Amino acid sequence: MATTPTVLVTGVSRSLAARFARAAAADTVCEVIGVDMTPPRDDLGRATFVRADIRSPAIAKVVQGRGVDTVVHMAIVATPAGESGRASARETAKEINVIGTMQLLAACQRAATFRKLVVQSSVSVYGASPRDPAAFTEEDSARVQPRTGFGHDAIEIESYVRGFGRRRPDVVVTTLRLATLLGAGVDSRLARYLSLPVVPRVLGFDARLQLLHPDDAVRALELVVREDLPGTFNVAAPDVVTLSQAIRRMGRPTVGVPRGSAPLVASLFRSWRAADFSADQIDALTYGRVMDTSRFTEAGFVPCRSTAEALAEFVATAQPGLLSAERVEGAAGAVARFAERADRRADRHAARRAGRA
Amino acid sequence: MPSPASPSALTAAPTDTLPDGPDVPDGELVLVEDPVRPPPTPEESLAARLGAALRDAGASGRRFVRAVADDPVSAVRSLAEPLGLDPDAAAEELTAFLRSRVQGDYPVDAFGFDVELTELVFLPLLRPLVRSWFRVELRGAENLPTTGPALLVSNHAGAFPLDGMVLHTVVFDEIGRHPRMLGADLIFSTPFSADLARKTGTTLACPEDAERLLRAGELVSVFPEGFKGLGKRFADRYKLQRFGRGGFVSTAVRASVPIVPVSIVGSEEIYPVLGRLPTLARALGWPYFPLTPTFPWLGPLGAVPLPSKWVIEVGEAIATDELPPGAADDPMVVFDVTDQVRETIQQTLYTLLMQRRGTFF
Repeated sequence: MATTPTVLVTGVSRSLAARFARAAAADTVCEVIGVDMTPPRDDLGRATFVRADIRSPAIAKVVQGRGVDTVVHMAIVATPAGESGRASARETAKEINVIGTMQLLAACQRAATFRKLVVQSSVSVYGASPRDPAAFTEEDSARVQPRTGFGHDAIEIESYVRGFGRRRPDVVVTTLRLATLLGAGVDSRLARYLSLPVVPRVLGFDARLQLLHPDDAVRALELVVREDLPGTFNVAAPDVVTLSQAIRRMGRPTVGVPRGSAPLVASLFRSWRAADFSADQIDALTYGRVMDTSRFTEAGFVPCRSTAEALAEFVATAQPGLLSAERVEGAAGAVARFAERADRRADRHAARRAGRA
Repeated sequence: MPSPASPSALTAAPTDTLPDGPDVPDGELVLVEDPVRPPPTPEESLAARLGAALRDAGASGRRFVRAVADDPVSAVRSLAEPLGLDPDAAAEELTAFLRSRVQGDYPVDAFGFDVELTELVFLPLLRPLVRSWFRVELRGAENLPTTGPALLVSNHAGAFPLDGMVLHTVVFDEIGRHPRMLGADLIFSTPFSADLARKTGTTLACPEDAERLLRAGELVSVFPEGFKGLGKRFADRYKLQRFGRGGFVSTAVRASVPIVPVSIVGSEEIYPVLGRLPTLARALGWPYFPLTPTFPWLGPLGAVPLPSKWVIEVGEAIATDELPPGAADDPMVVFDVTDQVRETIQQTLYTLLMQRRGTFF
């Protein structure tokens, strides 16, 4: 049997999983195996990459053959990767999320050496509606359950994970519900949406956004891999910014869209490939949602970056918008200079007239 | 330069400059025995003062318009000086405020409460309504808790939740705390109202949010009558509707915070609901469609509330920390406390109504 603990990370072609795999391989004595169908674009460091599809029974060979004792399941897709053929992309995402999780859990259940399961889940499980409380605790469930999209997948994934926990009570099962990620260079739906030259926004609503810096997400994953913290935890920065604040800090002009026509506008943007939003994400950007993070804080995790800091970092690296602070200052300066020039010209005119007279 | 809007123009004019009104016919007037002019009755003096004030305001208004046309900057300055404002500092403050707004650089809490906006924009807009239009009189201010969590429970009426906003203004001006209101989900599914509600500290009326606020030591205000109270007919004014299912009581008991009963007189006359048009309301998805003497006939003017005189009486706090553990889940205890709160408010309303001389004075 392997003497060093072996950690299997799924979905390492995605940047957060790759960052985690690299971090886990760097500062612990454990061996890290990264699994995905496509090779990762990011550097995995000391972690080894194994090409495998978690939707196929082949994953069981990896889990059992390598004596894996910890699985960090991060092959969870909110953004369908190939933007081509939207419906099929969504179908693939659903298959990876649901079938992939089922296969992976089936493989884990049979592995004798297996002792810890960490699952990346999402704030999407809570849905977003006007009937929701201001902040969700881990016990709350969505008042209006997401019926489609990523939120629905996340709920299904968590239910499979709970079932697994019942069948293997000896395994430590930790589910992390991560808030929306934002920080320098993060490429996500929210990032692309906030980077639009003119940002459409649902008229008359101002969603509350809660963010998580990718560094903090990686630290949270490292914590639960290092220590045994069974259960479900909300992971987010405790503070909140509103959507209008976020857009203003990005320096973007906004255009209000009535709520009824928001899906139509979203589909227009989708066909222009500018931004891609499903119904549950429009809801999140309309009514907003915030998680109560006190349980994870009590378990010993304090995020290093607040929501405001994560947003500030993203703003600093993003393209400056039409109304960004520098541009507004610049425009004000230009107006002042123009006024000064006009003044001087008028003075010169007056002087000339006086000289003629 | 005259100071156009000096405060004295709006206060009492000297009585000897009063014009002879139409009700004082020449020559026929039989004076009372006392040759000295009798002290004017309240109505007389009020009408006279109002007339004089309007005349003065009109004259100074014309002067003001002329002055502004001549030299806008110094006119604004001269306006600011008697009010004790430093125009330069005010301009700087305004610039800083607008800059922070444009750049989105201000804090909001997890509920979306924007304290700065509430204190600098929302409450100042409400204050004239509260002070000059409704002339709100606050009684029992000493019962308002200055520290610690508490639940303010109040009657609700008037077709539109103005009473919540008025209570917010009055409580904030009295003790400097923001009562965090609990609102129905319709508020949060309606555009603009959702935005405004969250920014001014309102959150959804659900046990989770109420408990979260109380645990954080906030002052929470709740209107348990809900839409049944708001939409009650004019004929049913000051008759309290059912107080929900006592959810607010079990929340307060669970958090063992005091319940402070608040009785508001005057709010029930601002928009007299004559009819509710259930079919139209259903079609619009509203809880009722209010028909008032002015709405919808006068369009936007129908939104002007009647200037009834308001009295807000804050009752003595009802302690919940002496109840036995588990009382929050005991329906008998919850119903008892709910009834006690409801009765206190109802009795106070009747007492205040007995003392009231007229609806509008």
